[in-house]
Amino acid sequence: MMASSYTAKEEDGHITVSGPGALRSRKPENTAFKQQRLPAWQPILTAGTVLPAFFIIGLLFIPIGIGLFIDYTGVDASSPCFNCSQSFSWNSSRPFVFDPQSNVYVYYGLSNFYQNHRRYVKSRDDSQLNGDPKSLMVRRNTLELFYNDPNGTKVQILLNTTGIAWWTDKHPINWRRPVFDLDADEGNNGFINEDFIVWMRTAALPTFRKLYRIINKKSGMVPTLPRGNYSLEVVYNYPVRSFEGRKRMILSTISWMGGKNPFLGIAYITVGSVCFFLGVVLLLIHHKCGNRNNNADISN
Amino acid sequence: MAEGSKGRVYLQQVFPLGTDKTRGGEVLCSREVAFPLKPVEGLIQTETRLFCSSADCVTPLFVGETHQLPQRTKHQSVFSPSTLGPLSHLQVPLKAPTVAPASAHATPSPGTGTADKGPLGRDERRVDSRTICVGHRSSSNNEAFIPPKFCDNRIVSSKYTVWNFLPKNLFEQFRRIANFYFLIIFLVQVIVDTPTSPVTSGLPLFFVITVTAIKQGYEDWLRHKADNEVNKYPVTVLEQGRRIQKESEKIKVGDVLEVDEDETFPCDLILLQSSREDDTCFVTTASLDGESNHKTHYIVPDTEKDLESLNATIECEQPQPDLYKFVGRMHIYKTDQEPAVRSLGPENLLLKGSTLKNTRRICGVAIYTGMETKMALNYQGKSQKRSAVEKSINAFLLVYLCILVSKALVCTTLKYVWQNKPGQDEPWYNEKTKREKDTNLYLKMFTDFLSFMVLFNFIIPVSMYVTVEMQKFLGSFFITWDKDFFDPEIKEGALVNTSDLNEELGQVEYVFTDKTGTLTQNNMEFIECCIDGFQYKYQDAGTDLDGFCVTDGPVNKVQHKAGREKEELFLRALCLCHTVQVKESPEQGQGQRDGLMDQVDGLGVDGLGRMERGSIRPHRSREALSPPHLMRYGFTFLGFESKTMKILTRDNDVERYELLHVLNFDPVRRRMSVIVRSKSGDTLLFCKGADSSIFPRVRQEEVERIRMNVERNATEGYRTLCVAYKYLNAEEYAQADAGLREARLALQDREEKLMAVYNQVETGMSLIGATAVEDRLQEEAAETMEALQGAGMKVWVLTGDKMETAKSTCYACRLFQRNTELLELTKMEAGGVRSDCMSSWTWSSANHDYGFIIDGATLSMVLNSSSESNSSRYKNLFLQICQNCTSVLCCRMAPLQKAQIVKMVKNSKGSPITLSIGDGANDVSMILEAHVGLVRNLTLKLTKRSLITVSDRENGIKGKEGRQAVRNSDYAIPKLKHLKKLLLAHGHLYYVRIAHLVQYFFYKNLCFILPQFLYQFFCGYSQQPLYDAAYLTMYNICFTSMPILAYSLLEQHICMEVLLDNATLYRGIAKNGMLRWRPFFYWTLLGVFHGLLFFFGVRYLFGNPALQDNGQVFGNWSYGTIVFTVLVFTVTLKLALDTRHWTWINHFVIWGSLAFYVPFLKQQRLYFVFANMLSSVSAWLVIILLILLSLLPEILLVVFRKPRGPHAGQMKPVHSSAGGHQSPRSSARPLLMRTFSDESNTVL
Repeated sequence: MMASSYTAKEEDGHITVSGPGALRSRKPENTAFKQQRLPAWQPILTAGTVLPAFFIIGLLFIPIGIGLFIDYTGVDASSPCFNCSQSFSWNSSRPFVFDPQSNVYVYYGLSNFYQNHRRYVKSRDDSQLNGDPKSLMVRRNTLELFYNDPNGTKVQILLNTTGIAWWTDKHPINWRRPVFDLDADEGNNGFINEDFIVWMRTAALPTFRKLYRIINKKSGMVPTLPRGNYSLEVVYNYPVRSFEGRKRMILSTISWMGGKNPFLGIAYITVGSVCFFLGVVLLLIHHKCGNRNNNADISN
Repeated sequence: MAEGSKGRVYLQQVFPLGTDKTRGGEVLCSREVAFPLKPVEGLIQTETRLFCSSADCVTPLFVGETHQLPQRTKHQSVFSPSTLGPLSHLQVPLKAPTVAPASAHATPSPGTGTADKGPLGRDERRVDSRTICVGHRSSSNNEAFIPPKFCDNRIVSSKYTVWNFLPKNLFEQFRRIANFYFLIIFLVQVIVDTPTSPVTSGLPLFFVITVTAIKQGYEDWLRHKADNEVNKYPVTVLEQGRRIQKESEKIKVGDVLEVDEDETFPCDLILLQSSREDDTCFVTTASLDGESNHKTHYIVPDTEKDLESLNATIECEQPQPDLYKFVGRMHIYKTDQEPAVRSLGPENLLLKGSTLKNTRRICGVAIYTGMETKMALNYQGKSQKRSAVEKSINAFLLVYLCILVSKALVCTTLKYVWQNKPGQDEPWYNEKTKREKDTNLYLKMFTDFLSFMVLFNFIIPVSMYVTVEMQKFLGSFFITWDKDFFDPEIKEGALVNTSDLNEELGQVEYVFTDKTGTLTQNNMEFIECCIDGFQYKYQDAGTDLDGFCVTDGPVNKVQHKAGREKEELFLRALCLCHTVQVKESPEQGQGQRDGLMDQVDGLGVDGLGRMERGSIRPHRSREALSPPHLMRYGFTFLGFESKTMKILTRDNDVERYELLHVLNFDPVRRRMSVIVRSKSGDTLLFCKGADSSIFPRVRQEEVERIRMNVERNATEGYRTLCVAYKYLNAEEYAQADAGLREARLALQDREEKLMAVYNQVETGMSLIGATAVEDRLQEEAAETMEALQGAGMKVWVLTGDKMETAKSTCYACRLFQRNTELLELTKMEAGGVRSDCMSSWTWSSANHDYGFIIDGATLSMVLNSSSESNSSRYKNLFLQICQNCTSVLCCRMAPLQKAQIVKMVKNSKGSPITLSIGDGANDVSMILEAHVGLVRNLTLKLTKRSLITVSDRENGIKGKEGRQAVRNSDYAIPKLKHLKKLLLAHGHLYYVRIAHLVQYFFYKNLCFILPQFLYQFFCGYSQQPLYDAAYLTMYNICFTSMPILAYSLLEQHICMEVLLDNATLYRGIAKNGMLRWRPFFYWTLLGVFHGLLFFFGVRYLFGNPALQDNGQVFGNWSYGTIVFTVLVFTVTLKLALDTRHWTWINHFVIWGSLAFYVPFLKQQRLYFVFANMLSSVSAWLVIILLILLSLLPEILLVVFRKPRGPHAGQMKPVHSSAGGHQSPRSSARPLLMRTFSDESNTVL
């Protein structure tokens, strides 16, 4: 369609009206663009130019990778669900070792739960979340974390319910009133409830975790969760057996790069070493056949 | 377009050149019938050519009906649909009442004298003629004549009107497969519950359609404007003695028009009156066929000076597009006299679009108007040729379609397998809607399948078509812009008529070239002549006898003085036997006469005349000596004086000859003659032509002496021409005169009849002598040919010349090298075929070049063998031999045979891409072969004007046939030497660009969609899209479209100079090298690799979705966004990696589109997903990692494959180019050698 360009001149002789004098006086302009002679940078990838790049990548990636790998200050204390079909309480068999000064994040995890199923995703009503006030039923587990005092008393640990959702999710444009204005009962407060919001941000994969609570660090040098035995009591509200799902609770600290995931560190170290190795190989090849290449370059 | 012409069918007969034309049913079927359909739409673009092979398909129409016709005296509507029955299966949209061609006026008015009824045979009364009353004055004794309806003079080249634009344009756009496919996808999305909203595919489609519609609308608006300009142009019509100003579109057939100097003719006119005294007028057809020289047209003889009282009818053929053919008759009714009949030929016809020159005013009667004018009929929409790239695209599309379908199938199957497990199908948290539960399982499966198709449909790139077309359209400008193609002499650069085929220029395997005018300059230089067996050579310092000196003739009989009488006869013959005209120019004197002969031409009497130093070249032929040359020898042609030719003899006498007849030149006859009457009353016939056509017609005893000379000249590469004469006695002349007049009046088969008379007259002549002229090679012809051969192209020379001449030209062009072994397959005198190579030949020695020579006679035996099996066997054998030769020379070819050869090669195995180069009418069939459109054949045309020699510098000559070839060609370049750059540089680059473009498009859409496919495994096969709708929509339109377009316009992976220097680089991409399956699989693999990497890289990152430093988690949209970001960056950087030629535009576009990506994403619907992603260090890290990792293999590959490109190219060509520069050719061709030495180019 584009190709059948229309030029009145050539095709139907309409130009006849204007007379033949103006017909042909078009000398092509001698501009760099029209002559395809725009000044151009012509990169040629040779072993010589790529070599340093490889070394740089190698030298950059390996430390990053190591850094990432080592930087797991955070420890996951995830507990597999032993008996998910009922409320349960869990006692840590071994004392926690947490970074004394950072927040501890409590996640709940679900596996084999296709929250990203299209039917599920579709049912999420964005307009509703944006401020159309309808109440939504949120089924959720209640969870309480206790500190087992050495002397036997259970001390409930204060779990911070805010700050778990994306702030952008929490302040949709259409919400006129601040969260706390809607309802006094902040624990069960429709779609402005952060638990609900977190839940509504669809997980990417069938096995996922979501941030549930945050245990704020205490002031001073006091560890957030001092070494000791803890017990977790979960009320089973949310049936997962029907789809062979699994529930997990995860206590984790967070580093600057997020939760614990060795993938990045390993990947960086691997890629860095591969690059470094290739660099060495290339250097050898380049050194060996260098003369020949140079000759070819000169003759060009 | 007039309503009346709706559905009209024109039957035009295009007679293939050079075929035998017998009469009756069979013949008619062998003809080609062209139906320009839809004149209603205003465009003849959809001209369909029907080749009727079976006798029963057309015959009834032509033969059956025409036999009935004479019985009808009233000639109104003749055909009923039923009589057209046999045609109806040809699917010509005939409408019953309007079918009647305005054609059916075979019978002239009853009052027409019997004189003309005699010669008109029954079958001459065919449907295809029309009768026109000059000035609408019907002949007095023909009251019953009802003026037939013709279409008005409106030109409609526009396609659309305001009202039908939308539906019609949409309809046309959706006829394209790709658009239709996307429309279907869109409809599926609208109807079925699909994962992506209809917007995602609707928007790109809408974009594409809108852009195209706007462009087409704009073009049509231009057309409307141009149409209006023409249609509203004021013209002067003579009506009842008054001159009335009218708008051009109101002209009716039969109107008498007045046209002033420098005006264009508003329609096709028959010239009735001229302000010039000699009843001629000059026109230039520059805008019609590009020839700016002046052509002489004649008024109809014996018409009355007073147009008011002229009472005449004109009978002429139905409109047909051939600009140079016209037959008609004019009946002039005078009171008290028998009606006189005059024949009308192209010399009387003034074509719409040509301009009146050098003539103050003419009057003419309109015979064809509006869309029936020859100009309008010549306007053809460009046939869309499909290039090899397009074929590859379609093949790849098929693969991708298979991938798409199999992906959808896999997903659908797995979905139902997965759902089979209890609990998976419908967990409590994910209940089905009632509707979902109710629908039938199979229906559900089908909708699921469709949904998956929709989800993955982006794998087929919508925007690729737009980009490819943009690339072709814009890219072709670089050819027209190239200043290297600009020829300062003709002030014209290259011309691109079909941008569809740009990349084919890089794929040419066979080059078919004409010899005369293409390889050579068609600029004759007199070398020698031989008169009566004596050899005369022209010497510059010629002392003796006006530059004539006698060298040792082969038969050194007597001194030249003895031949004086013959000498003069010879020179007289050359002076008279031509159709050159001398332009009168009052302000210049006699002495400069030959310099003035620059604006004349005899289209009307187009003959053999060809002038070298002047600008007259009415016809390509083998004119040896033209009158200006003869001046040096004492004879000067002074010009015409009405019908008398004046020549100035050696003794300064003016001799006058009355020109009685001109027996025109044509390439089949290969000769021309004039019949003149000298003052003394002798009637003489002078004939000149090719030796082969003259020798059989002269007395044999004279032949031998001259033959020797002719053959010697031919081996030296000169063109030879024999001159003969004959005295006609009164009786003979009377007979010839009658025969000629009768034949010229014939409306049908005029050519054949003329030919028969010509043949009859031109017998028993006496041979006087022969001339030899040298036809110099085109500038840098040898270098160009060598480069083409170095690039692996096979060059075939197709020429009508004799073998010896052609062979030496081939040597001179280095098509045949010294070590080339020549295989000849030519017809021997006895009629047998000398077949020294048809036997089993072993092509053992690889380093040995073979050249193959075949002549037309043998070729026709090979191709038109009697038995079917033999024919195909010979053909195959012939092809096989030819394909193993580096160059093939086909000499003595009829124009049609050229087309036959082209067709044969391009239809051969592997359908190689062929390129035909030609410059004139006899090459048109070869060039036109491409327009059959089934198979690819590039055509290329050297504008005839290129053939101007340096001596013509002051005024450009264009051969008369030049433009016809230009119109039919795909590309036109001014000179042969430009071919090298066109193919080796432009063609190469275009091919690389577009091939990369196509591969890249498939690649980028594959790695776009693959993650989405993989995601289905992680979302329960629920058709959940990985990317947001915005990404799906914008990916091809915004984020990745510009860099590749810039690349495909600007890339020069090897710079042009290197490409030109190393012809062998061209071989690297031969046979569609970059678009074959191997590279395609490489790209596909790359796409798959990238897709896998993107998806799984991010998937492992999401093993722990808590990726922000505040512990918050990422969801599915973040996942998609990260994948998409990696994707966009990788795909763009991959292109950056491939770009070898970074102009500022590339920089701007590549970095620009990456920069554009970032701000854009802040705005979209995914509420701050992108911003959140940016706040995560992990996301950053994984993006960098994945981009790097995916580009790593590519970099490695480039590095390890390094020794290639220019370096590799330089190794090989050394021997060929070195071999080319030392050129001790055969000693027999010293003169030809001269032609390609550098100085000769300038000396000329």
